[in-house]
Amino acid sequence: MKITLPLTKETCMKLHAGDSLQLSGVIYTARDAAHKRLAEMIEKKEKLPFDLENSCIYYVGPTPTPPNAIVGSAGPTTSMRMDAYAPLLYDLGVSATIGKGYRTPQVKEAIIRNHACYLICIGGAGALLSQSIKKAECIAFEDLKAEAIYRYEVEDFPCVVAMDAYGKSVYE
Amino acid sequence: MKQISVLKIQDKIREMVQQINFHYPKDIEDLLEKARQNESHSLGKEILDLLKENSRIAAEKRIPICQDTGMVIVFIEIGQQVQLVDGSLNEAIQKGVALGYEEGYLRKSIVSDPLFHRINTQDNTPCIIYPSIVDGEQIKLTVGCKGFGSENMSVIRMLKPAQSVAGVKETVLQAIQNAGPNACPPMVVGVGIGGSFDYAAVLAKKATLRDCTLSNPDPEYAQLEQELLEEANRLNIGPQGLGGDTSVLKINIESAPTHIAGLPVAVNISCHITRHISEVIE
Ligand code: SF4
Repeated sequence: MKITLPLTKETCMKLHAGDSLQLSGVIYTARDAAHKRLAEMIEKKEKLPFDLENSCIYYVGPTPTPPNAIVGSAGPTTSMRMDAYAPLLYDLGVSATIGKGYRTPQVKEAIIRNHACYLICIGGAGALLSQSIKKAECIAFEDLKAEAIYRYEVEDFPCVVAMDAYGKSVYE
Repeated sequence: MKQISVLKIQDKIREMVQQINFHYPKDIEDLLEKARQNESHSLGKEILDLLKENSRIAAEKRIPICQDTGMVIVFIEIGQQVQLVDGSLNEAIQKGVALGYEEGYLRKSIVSDPLFHRINTQDNTPCIIYPSIVDGEQIKLTVGCKGFGSENMSVIRMLKPAQSVAGVKETVLQAIQNAGPNACPPMVVGVGIGGSFDYAAVLAKKATLRDCTLSNPDPEYAQLEQELLEEANRLNIGPQGLGGDTSVLKINIESAPTHIAGLPVAVNISCHITRHISEVIE
């Protein structure tokens, strides 16, 4: 199913665990260190680097971009490490996170409560996935290098609904 | 005495870390291809097709197969007739890693302190070095680049000797089940049995870096490898944990003598890109 981002809550409600999606539009990258900083900024009520409303966060720490390339290898990292922060971000408007692997029950509850979803893409297919990223721009925490926040414009980025808005998981 | 320059080793390491980040080792590639042909689950098959495509793109466009280009592990067997010249072996190995990661635009994923100061060292060093002295006048290098999605799912247990084969099987299969999608299945699993608490883990690591066309030379351990593989593939984890026949590509066991009171078992979980390479320097 082709999806044009941003992903609204209405669209989320129509997705089912196991659906294959191709995303086109804007997604934001963030992994461990960026999440820590985002959480600190939220606590201090500072302005965040991007609007969380209906946004899609990709858990990725790509390889460095060689000259004349758009991005390096860019596959998903293990989502569980972001689970401590995910409920907060879902509550503030994030409609989807993209990663790989299991989530905690707290994340599941946050997904149901917010009519959101959790998507996965192929772990270890960073070369293939990088081909769907058409533009990449660092928008925050540049000092974190691979862990900085990037704004990616993606085209037909392949992923699977791992948990839908009703809490149904593809792993169960 | 045979002289070998540490600069030669540095150069080899620089090449090896790049080689395995852009190209699957032949043994793993063959196992993946066999799995792709035999997978009966349609989504699982689709994923294995995409992994093949990923490997093609990685090699052709020189993009790392996976963005987690790993922590470097080096096993170095030094023949006792060898005299190392031209400087420090440790520095040469570390420099080889740093140069390889810079030149290959590989991700630097090492922090200098695990707890208080998680600051990236910016050159992917230090790597972990396991040296050993062997007979002869050559040096054998085995290099792995270990991703931590799978590393984090590894376990070690100090079993009681009475738990025997059943206890070992339970430990290994539980670790695989628990790793599930987090370890980017299909996995390669290294099992270390015996030794001490620490040595079992080293054996498990060594097992993940073994050539997957080989079985354990001892027929009883080879049989155990085979049985574990068959049982693991009945767990229906499947490629990426979405179900299917292909959960584990290979299980390698390494064993060592141990204490009368102990049966240490370490399970090192690795993923479908188990990056390993060995070379002999003469
Ligand atoms: S577990 Fe392996 S394939 Fe998966 S992200 Fe880590 S290194 Fe890559």
